Amino acid sequence: MDDTGTVVAFYMLSALTIVSALGVVVVRNLIHAVVFLILSFVGVAGLYITLSADFVAVTQVLIYAGAVSVLILFAIVLTPTGDRGNQETFLRLPALLLALLVAFTLGYVAIDTDWAISDREGFQQTASTIGEALLDKYVLPFEIASVLLLVAMMGAIVLVRPDSAMEGE
Amino acid sequence: MSVNLEHYLIVGAVLFSVGLYLALAKRNFVAVLMGIELMFNAVNLTFVAFSRFVRSPNPLDGHVFVVFVITVAAAEAATALALAVLLYRVRDTINVDRIDLLKW
Repeated sequence: MDDTGTVVAFYMLSALTIVSALGVVVVRNLIHAVVFLILSFVGVAGLYITLSADFVAVTQVLIYAGAVSVLILFAIVLTPTGDRGNQETFLRLPALLLALLVAFTLGYVAIDTDWAISDREGFQQTASTIGEALLDKYVLPFEIASVLLLVAMMGAIVLVRPDSAMEGE
Repeated sequence: MSVNLEHYLIVGAVLFSVGLYLALAKRNFVAVLMGIELMFNAVNLTFVAFSRFVRSPNPLDGHVFVVFVITVAAAEAATALALAVLLYRVRDTINVDRIDLLKW
């Protein structure tokens, strides 16, 4: 990955992702925090494209930037007298120290380890290979994932159902 | 000047740490969930980076794993946000430092 376009795209997308993630921490309005979160998701989708992962990038935009962020917005709107200030608890300093420690440890390990790098080019297309793997080698996890999604959907509906619906039985 | 595996791993590490800070330190339950989603994203980015750069007989297995992680994360988000709404209905707050029923 030596061509200038990829390098420039990588640094711009990384900056977008990390600055938006820091925006989620810093900004003092929860709705604005969700907007920064969506920006960060889109930045990660761009990084997937620089890694020639087209299917995963599209999935990221559809599910994270589309569905999950709308779910989060709904949760904020459905808790109207909740705290919108996006403040920290008393655990602010220990959490900051722990996050810095984790960042430095992971970064050190990433740089220090001698990874088994291959010299292959980027993938030409990924969607058909992923589809074949899902229905051949990983068919059991695939089916379990569908059951999990069904259970999660039913669980969410049952949890937020108003109490009057149960009294009416 | 070129981009290689370490660059992506460091971006993933920074993103994970920001998510960890959000999940540990934020007062609003929904903000905690946003931190967890950021951590999922960091891990997925690391998976895809390894899938692209590391020697392997089936290099696209990392992408398949990312698809599963995204599925489970979506299920987690739906359930957790339903719990947030339910918690708000019962306790009139979603501040995690005021939900202390198990503390004595």
